Amino acid sequence: MKIDSITKLDKWRKEILTKQKTIKTKVLICLGPGCLAGGSDLILKEFQTLLKKKKIKDISVESVKKTGCHGFCARGPLVIIEPLGIFYSKVKKMHVKDIIEKTLQKGEIIEKLLYKDPNTEKIYKEWRKIPFYARQQKIALRNVGQIDPDEITDYIANGGYAALAKILKSMKPDDVIEQVSKSGLRGRGGAGFSTGRKWATCAKAEENPHYVLCNGDEGDPGAFMDRCIMEGDPHTVLEGMIICAYAVGSQEGYIYVREEYPLAVVNLQKAIDDARKYGLLGDNILGTDLCFDLKISKGGGAFVCGESSALMRSVAGEIGEPRAKYVRSVLKGLHDKPTVLNNVETFANIPVIIEKGADWFSAIGTKKSTGTKAFSLAGKIKNTGLIEVPMGIKLKEIIYDIGGGINDNREFKAVQTGGPSGGCLPADKLDLEVDFDTLADNGSMMGSGGMVVMDDRTCMVDVSRYFLNFLVEESCGKCVPCREGLFQLHKLNEKICEGKGTEDDLKLMENLSETIISGSLCGLGQSGPNPFLSTIMYFRDEYEAHVNKQECPGGVCKNLITYRINDDCNGCMACLSVCAAGAIKGKKKEQHIIDEVKCDRCGACFAVCNINAIDII
Amino acid sequence: MVKLQINGKTVEAREGEMLLAVIQRMGIDVPTQCHHEAIEPTGNCRLCMVEITKKNWDGWKKSVTSCLYPVEEGLIVETHNDKLFEIRKTILDLQLARSPHSDYVTKMAAEYGLEKSSYPAEPQGDDCIMCYACTRICDVLGKSAIAPTMRGHEKIIAGPFGEAPPDCIGCLSCAHICPTDHIKWNDKGNTRKIWDKKFKLIKCKKCGKKTITREFADYLIEKRELPSEYFDTCDVCKRKETAEKMGELVIKAREATI
Ligand SMILES: Cc1cc2nc3c(=O)[nH]c(=O)nc-3n(C[C@H](O)[C@H](O)[C@H](O)COP(=O)(O)O)c2cc1C
Ligand code: SF4
Ligand code: SF4
Ligand code: SF4
Ligand code: SF4
Ligand code: FES
Ligand code: FES
Repeated sequence: MKIDSITKLDKWRKEILTKQKTIKTKVLICLGPGCLAGGSDLILKEFQTLLKKKKIKDISVESVKKTGCHGFCARGPLVIIEPLGIFYSKVKKMHVKDIIEKTLQKGEIIEKLLYKDPNTEKIYKEWRKIPFYARQQKIALRNVGQIDPDEITDYIANGGYAALAKILKSMKPDDVIEQVSKSGLRGRGGAGFSTGRKWATCAKAEENPHYVLCNGDEGDPGAFMDRCIMEGDPHTVLEGMIICAYAVGSQEGYIYVREEYPLAVVNLQKAIDDARKYGLLGDNILGTDLCFDLKISKGGGAFVCGESSALMRSVAGEIGEPRAKYVRSVLKGLHDKPTVLNNVETFANIPVIIEKGADWFSAIGTKKSTGTKAFSLAGKIKNTGLIEVPMGIKLKEIIYDIGGGINDNREFKAVQTGGPSGGCLPADKLDLEVDFDTLADNGSMMGSGGMVVMDDRTCMVDVSRYFLNFLVEESCGKCVPCREGLFQLHKLNEKICEGKGTEDDLKLMENLSETIISGSLCGLGQSGPNPFLSTIMYFRDEYEAHVNKQECPGGVCKNLITYRINDDCNGCMACLSVCAAGAIKGKKKEQHIIDEVKCDRCGACFAVCNINAIDII
Repeated sequence: MVKLQINGKTVEAREGEMLLAVIQRMGIDVPTQCHHEAIEPTGNCRLCMVEITKKNWDGWKKSVTSCLYPVEEGLIVETHNDKLFEIRKTILDLQLARSPHSDYVTKMAAEYGLEKSSYPAEPQGDDCIMCYACTRICDVLGKSAIAPTMRGHEKIIAGPFGEAPPDCIGCLSCAHICPTDHIKWNDKGNTRKIWDKKFKLIKCKKCGKKTITREFADYLIEKRELPSEYFDTCDVCKRKETAEKMGELVIKAREATI
């Protein structure tokens, strides 16, 4: 069935809604990356098999829906029952029968599957009330975790393609660009460039054709916002891109997805096929003059392929290496033609901006960073997961109110934002408002939205080493400052971790960083020294302890620490059995001893000791 | 024409020209490694960086590679200052650690007062400075037989999959353009070896001298539409042949006038 007019789309939406109304109860099963790893696909199957056999009023196999990431990955696998919003966490296959028989059949709540806030001991029945969700505001992620990504009808039922219909009915391309500009939307892929301004430049460019590209490379390890949007709500990416195509006069677009995201590729392809089938992509979209089609381009998974010029070369089938040039890609991009490249999350915001208007959007967030931002919360934080918050929210609200604070209630040490080449902010910056400019002014950056929380057992010198190592491996190796500079910077950093560094090395590292920043060809090198610079800016004392006293205050750098068993040891023998080096001696119920010479400093004993009888000194 | 200012002097330049060309025309010495007239600029070495600004930039300056930056009306360019010196010196310092045995690198570094690298030198050393001159000249030939492969510090120039490049015609253009003589090749008997690939050399039918590879000859015959027997004789014999022919003609002409 081709939806070849806006009236037909409206009619179709009504039909879908009428049909969906007959399904009163919905059981949403999260098949996002975290829950899937916990076996949520088996839970889904179990629901389907058991429900096929049972006759329950208002409930059928159709009530069960698979969704993308619901956000609270730390508590996964999640099963959510709507419209009541009952939130079951850490669900296992064996619980499914109970859920059907008790909750679905009799309306009883299964207490043990509910979420209990470890800080307040309060038990929550409904997900919206849980502190993790309460402080969030979802725009880009509005459908992720709520709809079945494979069903175009789900997207349409939630207002999908209404923005596209709106522009085709009542807006000129320039009106669209004006709305996007007025909304203040800035690119969510890192640099925070004004999306409206980018579109306006491309629209005006005289050369033809114009291309629309979506950056789904998401190279930042540990970040999964874009992945969850592509997997959980692929149509919103499509709709954002089609709207862009209309605004800038493009007929051809590509979504660049990294190969490590096979499910994103599958779901996007399904969405593209469906959109084409219904006439929402291809020639004469919704029966109008708009013609635009999309292809997926699979990336080889190099971090640098997310950089705009490298991405465009990669899409064109060339080596995915950045290209040095001083003409902006919006004028000379893919095949040297005018090209809009935006991030997945940027596109996901577009349909909402069009529908609700620029003023509605710009009222959210701060003056210069409007709207919301998605983050993936990771590291030593209780509530790891996927969140979306209004810009301007304080770091501490994210970490404590939403994130639930630090694991084991340890002390907060730093939070890293902006991905591998971002920066680490210390405790006295927890009051900072999260927006593009504030983070940059404080030596970090927004980046694409990775957020890694570190506790007091983290060594900041080691953190810098870790991220520099990542960047050394991901540098494309084309230009000297990045290839050789980051390589030497990392080596010097390693030397300090080994306790062999000097004050002179620190000075050399600082000078070298300046050349890497101003000399490198692309953004990878230009921001490459950030892990070092931001840690030495806020944690210089730790560097000095390594250099002057050969001490690692965080208790991490192997060369500088010793594990010792204290008097609290009750001789449980747990440490002895995990020590691969055979460095621990002791009899049952007697205090154990570590042989410092044999010990590899692997930390296995430390991790396994339940009563903190092992010290790091 | 475009008017701009370089080190305080106002100069004119052609639209589309790169800054480096204008700078060099003025006789100003800016170090370069990856720049080469015959091939597209690539911006790998970063030594040719200069600082640019404009009247209305409020004193804000930007470092750009002059080999890639097109001239602009009203641009104010500085080619030498402390910051640029520091960038160039650090780049050479880093290269000295990578290529401690390269004459090319050690000489350039010495001009910046560097005898020994501030960084631990790699004992083996690698003379390739990754300037891509070789791959770019091979691209110009239309062969693209070799390319940069792998990433970061491990990056090397090689044939596809690190094997002998199937498209290589043994023309030696890459070896001749390589500033550090990193590309090894040799002619032994009738055989030329480069990039781990062996080629048969053509023998001059007259004097027996070895000339170029059969593959290169075929390439030239096709590209320049030469007669297919063009490379059967070497240049010297060809010249001799022409001279002899000319001589005969002159004699014949003289005989005719008598
Ligand atoms: C080394 C490097 C890696 C990048 N990786 C990504 C990425 O994975 N995803 C992304 O959207 N942008 C990435 N960017 C930013 C892009 O170059 C580009 O600015 C962005 O895609 C533009 O879209 P936006 O304006 O919507 O943010 C990267 C930049 C650099 C320098
Ligand atoms: S800065 Fe690094 S990643 Fe970018 S072109 Fe240079 S070597 Fe490649
Ligand atoms: S740190 Fe590792 S090697 Fe050392 S004693 Fe403990 S378990 Fe054994
Ligand atoms: S010798 Fe081979 S690799 Fe070198 S330029 Fe000639 S064709 Fe290219
Ligand atoms: S082999 Fe020679 S020409 Fe090729 S990149 Fe290395 S240094 Fe440059
Ligand atoms: S994957 Fe299920 S909540 Fe994130
Ligand atoms: S000469 Fe190498 S970057 Fe310009």
